Amino acid sequence: MEKFGFTLTKARVIDYDRNDHSIVDFIMEREPSFKACIECGCCSATCTTGNFTGFSLREINVLLKRGENDQVRKKIKKCMLCGKCSLVCPRGVNTRNVVFVAKQAFQKFDNYAV
Amino acid sequence: MTGSVVVVGGGTAGMEAAGQLAKAGLSVTLIEKEKYLGGHLREWHHLFPDRRPGDEVLSYLKNQIIHNNIRLLTGEGVEGFQKRGNDFIINTRSGDVVKADAVLLTTGFDLFRSERKEEYGYGIYDNVITSSDLEEMFHSGEIMMKNGEKPEKIGIVHCVGSRDEKVGNLYCSKLCCVTAVKQAIELKEALNKCKVFCFYMDMRMGGALYEELYREAQEKYGITFIRGKVSEVGVNFSKRLVIKAEDTLAGRPLKMELDLLVLMAGMEMSAEGLKLAEAGKLEIGENRFFAASDNHFGSNKSNLKGLFYAGTCTAPMNITETISHARSAVSDIINYMNSDRK
Repeated sequence: MEKFGFTLTKARVIDYDRNDHSIVDFIMEREPSFKACIECGCCSATCTTGNFTGFSLREINVLLKRGENDQVRKKIKKCMLCGKCSLVCPRGVNTRNVVFVAKQAFQKFDNYAV
Repeated sequence: MTGSVVVVGGGTAGMEAAGQLAKAGLSVTLIEKEKYLGGHLREWHHLFPDRRPGDEVLSYLKNQIIHNNIRLLTGEGVEGFQKRGNDFIINTRSGDVVKADAVLLTTGFDLFRSERKEEYGYGIYDNVITSSDLEEMFHSGEIMMKNGEKPEKIGIVHCVGSRDEKVGNLYCSKLCCVTAVKQAIELKEALNKCKVFCFYMDMRMGGALYEELYREAQEKYGITFIRGKVSEVGVNFSKRLVIKAEDTLAGRPLKMELDLLVLMAGMEMSAEGLKLAEAGKLEIGENRFFAASDNHFGSNKSNLKGLFYAGTCTAPMNITETISHARSAVSDIINYMNSDRK
């Protein structure tokens, strides 16, 4: 059949109810300080990786909470686990461990090593 | 000390001020348009930030006004007033005339009518309620949807009728953020299984212990805060509410189904206050509340000598601030009687 190049555009909307929240639940349980995050962006501002690439821990935190796991899976690989972010967090979130546990969660739930 | 003061409005500010004026020796006439004293305080089940029962503060205020110097006129409105020389003549709605040396207006606020934000569906969809409706539910102990079932997924919209040019209110009502946090916690306590989502533009947690309550809501109660104002509410085929917002921190639109949506209605200058402003040529500010004669040291004074303001007829305030403001009005009135008036 002739292909005309027309495609369906996937909606950009976060469909909260359809998204999978098992990853974030796993993190909240193992690193409860994550609940206190107010998305201020201190972590992202101090992050060495974030200063050279598009990586933002603040963004990852939001995406995790909304269940946008596909995006996080790719992005989180960039973190070097240096832990500078935990030094600056005003809410005392153990941000380094959030990333660490998130990586475990991806491995556990969809066998996706990150 | 001798002299007479008319206090218009028997809410928190009016009751506190009447009590303090009476203790100072002045004779006070306290006029309240409703049958009962207490104003909006009567609508609150629990107060923030410590979730003290509203009734506790109400009974403190009721004790304050048990004094021989206080004459109560409930179920009585004020039609208007004139100033003749140094005297005020106050005309009540039932035709009485009260003379006084000074007047204190404590006419309070009106709750923003949420049906004006039509896109939120208040009065259109059954399960869209206001913060005030929810307080009533807490009072009755029955938090339920229209069909009698318990809601499992609840949304809270901040800034309904505040910081919104479309309804002509540019100001922040200041109490709604902390009310949202308090109510979210209470919903979580009442309905253990439910999930609560707060949609905010900014979290304004400026009062004493507010930030601590916010943190508790996140850490202990697991309430989700999403930065982005709900833009519209609809229902799907199964009649469940569907909201649209932008998750501004994710930079993407978001949709979500909800069982119950609570609108944090803001505060507006009361209709009663506006009438008095017009009748007495009292200056009002851009936000329509009474304009203070000076922002720093005249917050209880009006543009008319001998006429004072206290409480939420000047700006949104919480109970603590309202009581303090009433007391500072009393201090201004005493100074006026002692020196300025002579």
